[in-house]
Amino acid sequence: MEATVLNLLASILGSLWAPLWALVKPVWPLLWTLAKIVLIMAPLLLSVAYLTFWERKVIGWMQVRIGPNRVGPWGLLQPIADGLKLFLKEVLFPAAADKKLFVLGPIMAIAPALAAWAVIPFAPGWVLANVDAGVLYLLAISSVGVYGIIIAGWASNSKYPFFGAMRASAQMISYEVAMGLGLITVLMVSSSLNLSEIVSMQDKGRFAGMGIGFLSWNWLPLLPMFAVYLISGVAETNRAPFDVVEGESEIVAGHMVEYSGMAFAMFFLAEYANMILISAMTSVFFLGGWLSPVGFLPDGFHWMAAKMAAILFFFLWIRATFPRYRYDQIMRLGWKVFVPLTLVWILVVGVWMMSPLTIWK
Amino acid sequence: MEFKTILFYIFSAVTVLAALRVITARNPVHAALFLVLAFFNVAGLWMLLQAEFLALALIMVYVGAVMVLFLFVVMMLDINIERVRQGFWKNLPLGALVGGLMAVEMSMVLSGRYFGLANLPPQNLPANYSNTKELARLLYTDYAYPFEIASVILLVAIIAAVMLTLRTRKDNKAMHASDQIAVKSKDRMRLVKMAPEVEVSVPTAKEGEQA
Repeated sequence: MEATVLNLLASILGSLWAPLWALVKPVWPLLWTLAKIVLIMAPLLLSVAYLTFWERKVIGWMQVRIGPNRVGPWGLLQPIADGLKLFLKEVLFPAAADKKLFVLGPIMAIAPALAAWAVIPFAPGWVLANVDAGVLYLLAISSVGVYGIIIAGWASNSKYPFFGAMRASAQMISYEVAMGLGLITVLMVSSSLNLSEIVSMQDKGRFAGMGIGFLSWNWLPLLPMFAVYLISGVAETNRAPFDVVEGESEIVAGHMVEYSGMAFAMFFLAEYANMILISAMTSVFFLGGWLSPVGFLPDGFHWMAAKMAAILFFFLWIRATFPRYRYDQIMRLGWKVFVPLTLVWILVVGVWMMSPLTIWK
Repeated sequence: MEFKTILFYIFSAVTVLAALRVITARNPVHAALFLVLAFFNVAGLWMLLQAEFLALALIMVYVGAVMVLFLFVVMMLDINIERVRQGFWKNLPLGALVGGLMAVEMSMVLSGRYFGLANLPPQNLPANYSNTKELARLLYTDYAYPFEIASVILLVAIIAAVMLTLRTRKDNKAMHASDQIAVKSKDRMRLVKMAPEVEVSVPTAKEGEQA
Protein backbone atom coordinates (compact mmCIF):
# COMPACT_ATOMS: atom_id res chain seq x y z
CA MET A 1 0.00 0.00 0.00
CA GLU A 2 2.89 2.31 0.83
CA ALA A 3 4.35 2.05 -2.69
CA THR A 4 0.95 2.73 -4.26
CA VAL A 5 0.51 5.89 -2.23
CA LEU A 6 4.00 7.09 -3.13
CA ASN A 7 3.42 6.45 -6.85
CA LEU A 8 0.08 8.24 -6.69
CA LEU A 9 1.65 11.26 -4.98
CA ALA A 10 4.46 11.32 -7.56
CA SER A 11 2.02 11.25 -10.48
CA ILE A 12 -0.14 14.01 -8.99
CA LEU A 13 2.70 16.35 -8.13
CA GLY A 14 4.71 15.64 -11.32
CA SER A 15 7.99 17.52 -11.47
CA LEU A 16 7.47 18.98 -7.99
CA TRP A 17 7.73 15.50 -6.45
CA ALA A 18 11.50 14.93 -6.65
CA PRO A 19 12.58 17.94 -4.51
CA LEU A 20 9.66 17.40 -2.14
CA TRP A 21 10.60 13.72 -1.64
CA ALA A 22 14.18 14.69 -0.84
CA LEU A 23 12.78 16.90 1.92
CA VAL A 24 10.24 14.40 3.24
CA LYS A 25 12.28 11.21 3.02
CA PRO A 26 14.02 11.34 6.43
CA VAL A 27 10.71 11.71 8.29
CA TRP A 28 8.65 9.57 5.91
CA PRO A 29 8.20 6.55 8.27
CA LEU A 30 6.83 8.91 10.92
CA LEU A 31 4.47 10.62 8.46
CA TRP A 32 3.30 7.29 7.08
CA THR A 33 2.58 5.92 10.57
CA LEU A 34 0.71 9.10 11.51
CA ALA A 35 -1.35 8.83 8.31
CA LYS A 36 -2.24 5.23 9.19
CA ILE A 37 -3.22 6.25 12.74
CA VAL A 38 -5.51 8.95 11.33
CA LEU A 39 -6.95 6.40 8.88
CA ILE A 40 -7.90 4.18 11.82
CA MET A 41 -8.96 6.87 14.31
CA ALA A 42 -11.18 8.99 12.06
CA PRO A 43 -13.52 6.17 10.95
CA LEU A 44 -13.45 4.78 14.49
CA LEU A 45 -14.64 8.02 16.08
CA LEU A 46 -17.26 8.41 13.35
CA SER A 47 -18.49 4.87 14.02
CA VAL A 48 -18.62 5.65 17.74
CA ALA A 49 -20.86 8.64 17.00
CA TYR A 50 -23.17 6.65 14.77
CA LEU A 51 -23.13 3.63 17.08
CA THR A 52 -24.80 5.80 19.72
CA PHE A 53 -27.39 6.83 17.13
CA TRP A 54 -27.91 3.26 15.98
CA GLU A 55 -28.25 2.11 19.57
CA ARG A 56 -31.02 4.61 20.27
CA LYS A 57 -32.78 3.66 17.04
CA VAL A 58 -32.51 -0.10 17.58
CA ILE A 59 -33.64 0.06 21.19
CA GLY A 60 -36.43 2.39 20.10
CA TRP A 61 -37.66 -0.10 17.50
CA MET A 62 -37.41 -2.98 19.97
CA GLN A 63 -39.54 -1.04 22.42
CA VAL A 64 -42.00 -0.01 19.68
CA ARG A 65 -40.86 3.60 19.67
CA ILE A 66 -39.46 5.62 16.79
CA GLY A 67 -36.19 6.80 18.34
CA PRO A 68 -34.43 10.04 17.46
CA ASN A 69 -35.81 11.49 14.20
CA ARG A 70 -35.78 15.28 14.66
CA VAL A 71 -32.26 16.49 13.81
CA GLY A 72 -31.50 16.21 10.11
CA PRO A 73 -33.04 13.69 7.69
CA TRP A 74 -34.22 10.57 9.63
CA GLY A 75 -32.46 12.04 12.65
CA LEU A 76 -29.06 11.34 11.10
CA LEU A 77 -27.48 14.51 12.47
CA GLN A 78 -28.44 13.62 16.07
CA PRO A 79 -24.94 12.39 17.12
CA ILE A 80 -23.38 15.55 15.66
CA ALA A 81 -25.81 17.68 17.65
CA ASP A 82 -25.11 15.66 20.81
CA GLY A 83 -21.38 16.03 20.34
CA LEU A 84 -21.69 19.79 19.77
CA LYS A 85 -23.82 20.16 22.88
CA LEU A 86 -21.31 18.28 25.04
CA PHE A 87 -18.45 20.22 23.50
CA LEU A 88 -19.97 23.59 24.39
CA LYS A 89 -20.81 22.66 27.98
CA GLU A 90 -18.62 23.69 30.85
CA VAL A 91 -16.49 21.07 32.60
CA LEU A 92 -17.28 21.48 36.28
CA PHE A 93 -14.82 20.59 39.01
CA PRO A 94 -16.29 19.61 42.39
CA ALA A 95 -14.74 21.67 45.18
CA ALA A 96 -13.51 18.61 47.10
CA ALA A 97 -12.17 16.79 44.03
CA ASP A 98 -8.53 15.96 43.46
CA LYS A 99 -8.14 18.26 40.42
CA LYS A 100 -5.20 16.56 38.69
CA LEU A 101 -6.57 13.05 39.00
CA PHE A 102 -10.05 14.31 38.10
CA VAL A 103 -8.62 15.35 34.71
CA LEU A 104 -6.51 12.20 34.41
CA GLY A 105 -9.54 9.89 34.84
CA PRO A 106 -11.24 10.44 31.45
CA ILE A 107 -7.85 10.44 29.71
CA MET A 108 -6.94 7.07 31.21
CA ALA A 109 -10.34 5.77 30.14
CA ILE A 110 -10.05 6.71 26.49
CA ALA A 111 -6.32 6.19 25.88
CA PRO A 112 -6.34 2.35 26.15
CA ALA A 113 -9.59 2.17 24.16
CA LEU A 114 -7.82 3.87 21.25
CA ALA A 115 -4.29 2.47 21.73
CA ALA A 116 -5.50 -1.13 21.43
CA TRP A 117 -6.42 -0.57 17.77
CA ALA A 118 -2.73 -0.54 16.82
CA VAL A 119 -2.58 -4.31 16.38
CA ILE A 120 -6.06 -5.06 14.97
CA PRO A 121 -5.83 -6.33 11.37
CA PHE A 122 -8.73 -5.18 9.18
CA ALA A 123 -7.75 -7.00 5.98
CA PRO A 124 -4.58 -8.74 4.73
CA GLY A 125 -1.82 -6.21 5.42
CA TRP A 126 -4.20 -3.55 6.75
CA VAL A 127 -2.72 -3.26 10.22
CA LEU A 128 -0.81 -0.47 11.92
CA ALA A 129 1.69 -2.70 13.73
CA ASN A 130 1.88 -6.34 12.65
CA VAL A 131 3.65 -7.43 15.83
CA ASP A 132 4.29 -10.99 16.95
CA ALA A 133 2.92 -10.44 20.45
CA GLY A 134 -0.33 -8.83 19.28
CA VAL A 135 -2.59 -10.82 21.58
CA LEU A 136 -0.42 -10.05 24.60
CA TYR A 137 -0.48 -6.38 23.67
CA LEU A 138 -4.27 -6.41 23.46
CA LEU A 139 -4.57 -8.15 26.84
CA ALA A 140 -2.11 -5.74 28.45
CA ILE A 141 -3.74 -2.61 27.03
CA SER A 142 -7.29 -3.68 27.79
CA SER A 143 -6.30 -4.46 31.39
CA VAL A 144 -5.26 -0.83 31.80
CA GLY A 145 -8.74 0.44 30.86
CA VAL A 146 -10.03 -0.01 34.42
CA TYR A 147 -7.75 2.78 35.70
CA GLY A 148 -9.88 5.48 34.08
CA ILE A 149 -12.88 4.39 36.12
CA ILE A 150 -10.98 3.88 39.37
CA ILE A 151 -9.15 7.20 39.16
CA ALA A 152 -12.34 9.05 38.20
CA GLY A 153 -14.27 7.42 41.02
CA TRP A 154 -11.71 8.23 43.66
CA ALA A 155 -10.82 11.74 42.43
CA SER A 156 -14.48 12.83 42.42
CA ASN A 157 -14.40 12.49 46.23
CA SER A 158 -18.05 11.60 46.35
CA LYS A 159 -20.00 8.52 47.39
CA TYR A 160 -21.61 7.19 44.23
CA PRO A 161 -18.54 7.56 42.01
CA PHE A 162 -16.54 5.68 44.63
CA PHE A 163 -19.06 2.84 44.69
CA GLY A 164 -18.82 2.75 40.89
CA ALA A 165 -15.03 2.57 41.05
CA MET A 166 -15.12 -0.28 43.58
CA ARG A 167 -17.59 -2.24 41.50
CA ALA A 168 -15.59 -1.60 38.32
CA SER A 169 -12.28 -2.79 39.72
CA ALA A 170 -13.78 -6.02 41.02
CA GLN A 171 -15.85 -6.75 37.93
CA MET A 172 -13.29 -5.93 35.26
CA ILE A 173 -10.52 -7.94 36.90
CA SER A 174 -12.82 -10.96 37.27
CA TYR A 175 -13.90 -11.00 33.67
CA GLU A 176 -10.40 -10.30 32.38
CA VAL A 177 -9.40 -13.66 33.86
CA ALA A 178 -12.19 -15.46 32.01
CA MET A 179 -11.42 -13.59 28.79
CA GLY A 180 -7.70 -14.34 28.97
CA LEU A 181 -8.27 -18.02 29.72
CA GLY A 182 -10.76 -18.21 26.84
CA LEU A 183 -8.16 -16.73 24.52
CA ILE A 184 -5.61 -19.35 25.55
CA THR A 185 -7.53 -22.00 23.61
CA VAL A 186 -7.46 -19.75 20.54
CA LEU A 187 -3.70 -19.35 20.95
CA MET A 188 -3.30 -23.11 21.35
CA VAL A 189 -5.09 -23.97 18.12
CA SER A 190 -3.48 -21.21 16.06
CA SER A 191 -0.03 -21.53 17.76
CA SER A 192 0.63 -17.84 17.22
CA LEU A 193 0.26 -14.55 19.07
CA ASN A 194 0.05 -12.58 15.83
CA LEU A 195 -3.52 -11.53 15.03
CA SER A 196 -3.07 -11.71 11.24
CA GLU A 197 -1.81 -15.28 11.58
CA ILE A 198 -4.70 -16.19 13.88
CA VAL A 199 -7.06 -15.08 11.11
CA SER A 200 -5.24 -16.89 8.32
CA MET A 201 -5.05 -20.09 10.41
CA GLN A 202 -8.87 -20.17 10.37
CA ASP A 203 -8.77 -20.39 6.56
CA LYS A 204 -7.36 -23.92 6.77
CA GLY A 205 -9.21 -27.14 7.40
CA ARG A 206 -11.60 -29.59 5.80
CA PHE A 207 -14.56 -27.21 5.57
CA ALA A 208 -12.46 -24.36 4.17
CA GLY A 209 -11.34 -26.76 1.42
CA MET A 210 -14.99 -27.56 0.68
CA GLY A 211 -15.80 -23.88 0.21
CA ILE A 212 -17.83 -23.49 3.40
CA GLY A 213 -15.13 -21.71 5.35
CA PHE A 214 -17.39 -20.39 8.09
CA LEU A 215 -17.49 -23.91 9.57
CA SER A 216 -13.71 -23.99 10.01
CA TRP A 217 -13.55 -20.70 11.90
CA ASN A 218 -12.69 -20.96 15.58
CA TRP A 219 -16.25 -20.39 16.82
CA LEU A 220 -17.36 -23.93 16.04
CA PRO A 221 -14.61 -26.09 17.60
CA LEU A 222 -14.27 -23.60 20.46
CA LEU A 223 -17.98 -22.87 20.85
CA PRO A 224 -18.02 -22.67 24.69
CA MET A 225 -15.05 -20.30 24.59
CA PHE A 226 -16.81 -18.16 21.99
CA ALA A 227 -19.80 -17.79 24.32
CA VAL A 228 -17.58 -17.10 27.34
CA TYR A 229 -15.55 -14.54 25.41
CA LEU A 230 -18.58 -12.72 24.08
CA ILE A 231 -20.33 -12.54 27.46
CA SER A 232 -17.11 -11.53 29.22
CA GLY A 233 -16.70 -8.86 26.56
CA VAL A 234 -20.07 -7.42 27.51
CA ALA A 235 -19.07 -7.46 31.18
CA GLU A 236 -15.65 -5.99 30.42
CA THR A 237 -17.16 -2.99 28.64
CA ASN A 238 -19.64 -2.53 31.52
CA ARG A 239 -22.61 -2.77 29.20
CA ALA A 240 -26.08 -3.95 30.12
CA PRO A 241 -26.92 -6.48 31.59
CA PHE A 242 -23.59 -6.12 33.45
CA ASP A 243 -23.73 -2.32 33.77
CA VAL A 244 -23.71 -2.22 37.58
CA VAL A 245 -20.72 0.13 37.39
CA GLU A 246 -23.03 2.86 36.08
CA GLY A 247 -26.19 1.36 37.55
CA GLU A 248 -28.31 4.46 37.11
CA SER A 249 -31.11 3.12 39.29
CA GLU A 250 -28.74 2.27 42.16
CA ILE A 251 -25.73 4.58 42.05
CA VAL A 252 -26.97 7.24 39.58
CA ALA A 253 -24.16 6.93 37.00
CA GLY A 254 -21.27 5.57 39.04
CA HIS A 255 -17.91 7.07 38.21
CA MET A 256 -19.44 9.61 35.80
CA VAL A 257 -21.70 11.40 38.32
CA GLU A 258 -19.46 14.42 38.84
CA TYR A 259 -18.36 14.81 35.22
CA SER A 260 -19.89 17.19 32.71
CA GLY A 261 -19.26 18.40 29.18
CA MET A 262 -16.33 16.91 27.27
CA ALA A 263 -14.96 15.10 30.34
CA PHE A 264 -18.20 13.10 30.43
CA ALA A 265 -18.10 12.67 26.67
CA MET A 266 -14.65 11.07 26.96
CA PHE A 267 -16.06 8.28 29.14
CA PHE A 268 -18.87 7.87 26.66
CA LEU A 269 -16.44 7.70 23.73
CA ALA A 270 -14.28 5.20 25.61
CA GLU A 271 -17.24 2.92 26.33
CA TYR A 272 -18.34 2.81 22.71
CA ALA A 273 -14.79 2.56 21.35
CA ASN A 274 -14.33 -0.41 23.69
CA MET A 275 -17.51 -2.00 22.39
CA ILE A 276 -16.26 -1.70 18.82
CA LEU A 277 -12.86 -3.04 19.94
CA ILE A 278 -14.43 -6.10 21.58
CA SER A 279 -16.45 -6.75 18.43
CA ALA A 280 -13.29 -6.47 16.31
CA MET A 281 -11.40 -8.80 18.65
CA THR A 282 -14.22 -11.35 18.66
CA SER A 283 -14.39 -11.36 14.88
CA VAL A 284 -10.61 -11.76 14.61
CA PHE A 285 -10.34 -14.52 17.23
CA PHE A 286 -13.49 -16.51 16.56
CA LEU A 287 -15.22 -15.40 13.37
CA GLY A 288 -12.37 -15.43 10.89
CA GLY A 289 -11.74 -11.68 10.61
CA TRP A 290 -11.75 -10.65 6.97
CA LEU A 291 -12.33 -14.19 5.64
CA SER A 292 -15.36 -14.81 3.48
CA PRO A 293 -17.83 -17.38 4.89
CA VAL A 294 -18.18 -19.13 1.54
CA GLY A 295 -15.61 -20.00 -1.10
CA PHE A 296 -17.17 -18.23 -4.10
CA LEU A 297 -17.18 -14.75 -2.51
CA PRO A 298 -13.93 -12.76 -2.16
CA ASP A 299 -12.32 -12.09 1.24
CA GLY A 300 -11.94 -8.51 2.32
CA PHE A 301 -12.55 -5.74 4.80
CA HIS A 302 -16.31 -5.77 4.13
CA TRP A 303 -16.59 -9.16 5.87
CA MET A 304 -14.75 -7.85 8.92
CA ALA A 305 -17.08 -4.84 9.01
CA ALA A 306 -20.16 -7.04 8.63
CA LYS A 307 -19.04 -9.33 11.47
CA MET A 308 -18.30 -6.38 13.73
CA ALA A 309 -21.71 -4.87 12.94
CA ALA A 310 -23.42 -8.16 13.79
CA ILE A 311 -21.65 -8.39 17.17
CA LEU A 312 -22.42 -4.74 17.92
CA PHE A 313 -26.07 -5.45 17.15
CA PHE A 314 -25.88 -8.31 19.63
CA PHE A 315 -24.59 -5.85 22.25
CA LEU A 316 -27.54 -3.51 21.63
CA TRP A 317 -30.02 -6.39 21.46
CA ILE A 318 -29.15 -7.79 24.87
CA ARG A 319 -29.23 -4.29 26.34
CA ALA A 320 -32.83 -3.93 25.18
CA THR A 321 -33.75 -7.45 26.31
CA PHE A 322 -32.20 -8.38 29.64
CA PRO A 323 -32.65 -6.86 33.09
CA ARG A 324 -29.53 -5.90 35.04
CA TYR A 325 -27.68 -8.68 36.87
CA ARG A 326 -27.47 -8.61 40.62
CA TYR A 327 -23.91 -7.82 41.68
CA ASP A 328 -23.14 -11.05 43.55
CA GLN A 329 -24.45 -13.05 40.60
CA ILE A 330 -22.07 -11.21 38.26
CA MET A 331 -19.18 -12.27 40.48
CA ARG A 332 -20.51 -15.82 40.67
CA LEU A 333 -20.86 -16.06 36.89
CA GLY A 334 -17.31 -14.83 36.37
CA TRP A 335 -15.46 -16.87 38.96
CA LYS A 336 -17.59 -19.96 39.54
CA VAL A 337 -18.92 -20.59 36.04
CA PHE A 338 -16.66 -19.06 33.42
CA VAL A 339 -13.23 -19.66 34.97
CA PRO A 340 -13.78 -23.41 35.65
CA LEU A 341 -15.43 -23.80 32.23
CA THR A 342 -12.48 -22.22 30.43
CA LEU A 343 -9.98 -24.28 32.43
CA VAL A 344 -11.78 -27.51 31.54
CA TRP A 345 -12.02 -26.53 27.90
CA ILE A 346 -8.28 -25.76 27.77
CA LEU A 347 -7.69 -29.34 28.92
CA VAL A 348 -10.21 -30.70 26.39
CA VAL A 349 -8.62 -28.78 23.52
CA GLY A 350 -5.14 -29.84 24.63
CA VAL A 351 -6.12 -33.51 24.64
CA TRP A 352 -7.96 -33.06 21.34
CA MET A 353 -4.91 -31.49 19.70
CA MET A 354 -2.67 -34.35 20.84
CA SER A 355 -5.12 -37.08 19.82
CA PRO A 356 -5.30 -38.57 16.28
CA LEU A 357 -8.66 -36.82 15.85
CA THR A 358 -7.00 -33.43 15.77
CA ILE A 359 -8.27 -30.96 13.16
CA TRP A 360 -5.37 -28.54 13.63
CA LYS A 361 -2.14 -29.51 11.92
CA MET B 1 22.51 9.73 19.00
CA GLU B 2 20.42 6.75 18.00
CA PHE B 3 16.64 6.95 18.46
CA LYS B 4 16.73 3.93 20.77
CA THR B 5 19.16 5.71 23.06
CA ILE B 6 16.86 8.74 23.27
CA LEU B 7 13.95 6.43 24.14
CA PHE B 8 16.07 4.71 26.78
CA TYR B 9 16.90 8.00 28.48
CA ILE B 10 13.25 9.13 28.41
CA PHE B 11 12.00 5.86 29.88
CA SER B 12 14.68 5.67 32.56
CA ALA B 13 14.32 9.33 33.56
CA VAL B 14 10.56 8.95 34.00
CA THR B 15 11.06 5.66 35.87
CA VAL B 16 13.49 7.23 38.34
CA LEU B 17 11.32 10.31 38.87
CA ALA B 18 8.17 8.25 39.33
CA ALA B 19 9.94 5.90 41.75
CA LEU B 20 11.14 8.89 43.76
CA ARG B 21 7.60 10.28 43.90
CA VAL B 22 6.34 6.89 45.14
CA ILE B 23 8.25 7.38 48.38
CA THR B 24 7.86 11.18 48.64
CA ALA B 25 4.18 11.62 47.68
CA ARG B 26 2.09 12.57 50.72
CA ASN B 27 -1.05 10.92 49.42
CA PRO B 28 -0.88 7.11 49.31
CA VAL B 29 -3.18 6.97 46.27
CA HIS B 30 -0.84 9.30 44.37
CA ALA B 31 2.08 7.13 45.43
CA ALA B 32 0.36 4.01 44.08
CA LEU B 33 -0.38 5.73 40.79
CA PHE B 34 3.25 6.84 40.50
CA LEU B 35 4.22 3.21 41.00
CA VAL B 36 1.96 2.36 38.04
CA LEU B 37 3.77 5.00 35.97
CA ALA B 38 7.11 3.49 36.99
CA PHE B 39 5.91 0.01 35.92
CA PHE B 40 4.85 1.38 32.54
CA ASN B 41 8.26 2.89 31.90
CA VAL B 42 10.08 -0.22 33.04
CA ALA B 43 7.95 -2.15 30.55
CA GLY B 44 9.14 0.31 27.90
CA LEU B 45 12.75 -0.36 28.90
CA TRP B 46 12.24 -4.13 28.65
CA MET B 47 10.66 -3.61 25.25
CA LEU B 48 13.86 -1.87 24.17
CA LEU B 49 15.77 -4.99 25.28
CA GLN B 50 13.52 -7.05 22.93
CA ALA B 51 11.91 -8.80 25.88
CA GLU B 52 8.38 -8.14 24.70
CA PHE B 53 6.81 -11.00 26.63
CA LEU B 54 8.19 -9.79 29.96
CA ALA B 55 7.25 -6.20 29.18
CA LEU B 56 3.64 -7.01 28.29
CA ALA B 57 3.33 -9.50 31.16
CA LEU B 58 4.54 -6.78 33.54
CA ILE B 59 1.75 -4.47 32.36
CA MET B 60 -0.84 -7.25 32.35
CA VAL B 61 -0.02 -8.67 35.78
CA TYR B 62 1.28 -5.74 37.80
CA VAL B 63 -0.48 -2.76 36.23
CA GLY B 64 -3.64 -4.56 35.19
CA ALA B 65 -4.25 -6.70 38.25
CA VAL B 66 -1.93 -6.24 41.25
CA MET B 67 -1.95 -2.45 41.33
CA VAL B 68 -5.70 -2.30 40.75
CA LEU B 69 -6.26 -4.40 43.86
CA PHE B 70 -3.62 -2.38 45.68
CA LEU B 71 -5.43 0.86 44.81
CA PHE B 72 -8.69 -0.81 45.80
CA VAL B 73 -7.31 -1.26 49.32
CA VAL B 74 -5.39 2.01 49.57
CA MET B 75 -8.40 4.06 48.48
CA MET B 76 -10.53 2.61 51.25
CA LEU B 77 -7.97 3.11 54.02
CA ASP B 78 -7.70 6.35 55.91
CA ILE B 79 -3.93 6.45 56.19
CA ASN B 80 -2.43 9.02 58.52
CA ILE B 81 0.79 9.90 56.76
CA GLU B 82 2.29 11.58 59.86
CA ARG B 83 2.06 8.40 61.90
CA VAL B 84 3.60 6.39 59.06
CA ARG B 85 6.58 8.75 59.05
CA GLN B 86 7.19 8.59 62.81
CA GLY B 87 9.94 6.00 63.02
CA PHE B 88 11.80 7.34 59.98
CA TRP B 89 15.18 8.16 61.61
CA LYS B 90 15.14 5.05 63.76
CA ASN B 91 14.65 2.76 60.77
CA LEU B 92 16.92 4.70 58.43
CA PRO B 93 20.17 2.71 59.05
CA LEU B 94 18.50 -0.65 58.31
CA GLY B 95 16.75 0.77 55.25
CA ALA B 96 19.97 2.29 53.97
CA LEU B 97 21.76 -1.05 54.45
CA VAL B 98 19.13 -2.96 52.44
CA GLY B 99 19.01 -0.25 49.78
CA GLY B 100 22.79 -0.17 49.49
CA LEU B 101 22.93 -3.95 49.19
CA MET B 102 20.38 -3.87 46.38
CA ALA B 103 22.28 -1.11 44.59
CA VAL B 104 25.53 -3.14 44.77
CA GLU B 105 23.80 -6.25 43.45
CA MET B 106 22.20 -4.34 40.59
CA SER B 107 25.47 -2.74 39.59
CA MET B 108 27.12 -6.18 39.59
CA VAL B 109 24.44 -7.56 37.29
CA LEU B 110 24.45 -4.53 35.00
CA SER B 111 28.22 -4.49 34.63
CA GLY B 112 28.31 -8.23 34.01
CA ARG B 113 30.42 -7.71 30.92
CA TYR B 114 33.12 -6.15 33.09
CA PHE B 115 33.02 -9.02 35.59
CA GLY B 116 33.16 -11.50 32.73
CA LEU B 117 29.78 -13.19 33.05
CA ALA B 118 29.22 -15.63 30.23
CA ASN B 119 25.41 -15.83 30.13
CA LEU B 120 24.71 -12.40 28.71
CA PRO B 121 22.11 -12.21 25.93
CA PRO B 122 23.48 -11.76 22.42
CA GLN B 123 23.42 -8.16 21.31
CA ASN B 124 22.04 -8.64 17.80
CA LEU B 125 19.10 -11.00 17.74
CA PRO B 126 17.77 -12.31 14.43
CA ALA B 127 14.65 -10.65 13.01
CA ASN B 128 12.41 -13.67 13.59
CA TYR B 129 13.49 -14.02 17.24
CA SER B 130 10.44 -14.38 19.46
CA ASN B 131 11.01 -13.73 23.13
CA THR B 132 7.70 -15.44 23.95
CA LYS B 133 8.59 -18.66 22.10
CA GLU B 134 12.09 -18.72 23.54
CA LEU B 135 10.82 -18.30 27.11
CA ALA B 136 8.12 -20.93 26.61
CA ARG B 137 10.63 -23.40 25.17
CA LEU B 138 12.94 -22.97 28.18
CA LEU B 139 10.16 -23.09 30.77
CA TYR B 140 8.40 -26.14 29.37
CA THR B 141 11.41 -28.24 28.33
CA ASP B 142 14.63 -27.52 30.21
CA TYR B 143 12.99 -26.17 33.37
CA ALA B 144 9.63 -27.99 33.24
CA TYR B 145 9.80 -29.51 36.74
CA PRO B 146 11.10 -26.44 38.62
CA PHE B 147 8.45 -24.36 36.81
CA GLU B 148 5.62 -26.72 37.70
CA ILE B 149 6.78 -27.01 41.31
CA ALA B 150 6.96 -23.22 41.60
CA SER B 151 3.41 -22.90 40.28
CA VAL B 152 2.12 -25.52 42.72
CA ILE B 153 3.83 -23.69 45.61
CA LEU B 154 2.14 -20.47 44.48
CA LEU B 155 -1.22 -22.22 44.34
CA VAL B 156 -0.75 -23.58 47.85
CA ALA B 157 0.21 -20.11 49.04
CA ILE B 158 -2.94 -18.61 47.51
CA ILE B 159 -5.22 -21.18 49.10
CA ALA B 160 -3.42 -20.93 52.44
CA ALA B 161 -3.75 -17.13 52.40
CA VAL B 162 -7.46 -17.39 51.70
CA MET B 163 -7.98 -20.03 54.39
CA LEU B 164 -6.01 -18.05 57.00
CA THR B 165 -7.92 -14.82 56.46
CA LEU B 166 -11.36 -16.22 55.77
CA ARG B 167 -13.56 -15.75 58.80
CA THR B 168 -17.18 -16.74 58.39
CA ARG B 169 -19.52 -15.30 60.95
CA LYS B 170 -22.03 -17.62 62.53
CA ASP B 171 -24.89 -15.20 61.93
CA ASN B 172 -23.90 -14.65 58.31
CA LYS B 173 -26.96 -13.90 56.24
CA ALA B 174 -25.22 -13.98 52.86
CA MET B 175 -27.22 -15.22 49.91
CA HIS B 176 -26.18 -18.36 48.09
CA ALA B 177 -26.68 -17.76 44.40
CA SER B 178 -26.53 -21.45 43.49
CA ASP B 179 -29.31 -22.29 45.97
CA GLN B 180 -31.35 -19.43 44.63
CA ILE B 181 -30.93 -20.57 41.05
CA ALA B 182 -31.78 -24.17 41.95
CA VAL B 183 -35.11 -23.10 43.43
CA LYS B 184 -38.23 -24.46 41.73
CA SER B 185 -41.52 -22.67 41.75
CA LYS B 186 -43.14 -25.36 43.90
CA ASP B 187 -40.63 -24.70 46.71
CA ARG B 188 -41.84 -21.16 47.05
CA MET B 189 -45.46 -21.30 46.04
CA ARG B 190 -48.33 -23.55 47.03
CA LEU B 191 -51.15 -23.93 44.55
CA VAL B 192 -54.49 -24.30 46.27
CA LYS B 193 -57.43 -25.79 44.49
CA MET B 194 -60.66 -23.91 45.01
CA ALA B 195 -63.86 -23.34 43.19
CA PRO B 196 -63.58 -20.61 40.56
CA GLU B 197 -66.71 -18.80 41.68
CA VAL B 198 -68.65 -18.72 44.88
CA GLU B 199 -72.33 -18.05 44.57
CA VAL B 200 -73.33 -15.07 46.65
CA SER B 201 -76.90 -14.01 46.74
CA VAL B 202 -76.97 -10.32 45.85
CA PRO B 203 -80.25 -8.46 45.87
CA THR B 204 -81.04 -7.55 42.22
CA ALA B 205 -81.09 -3.86 41.44
CA LYS B 206 -84.28 -2.19 40.39
CA GLU B 207 -84.63 -1.17 36.73
CA GLY B 208 -84.63 2.54 37.34
CA GLU B 209 -81.33 2.62 39.22
CA GLN B 210 -79.18 1.18 36.45
CA ALA B 211 -76.45 3.36 34.90
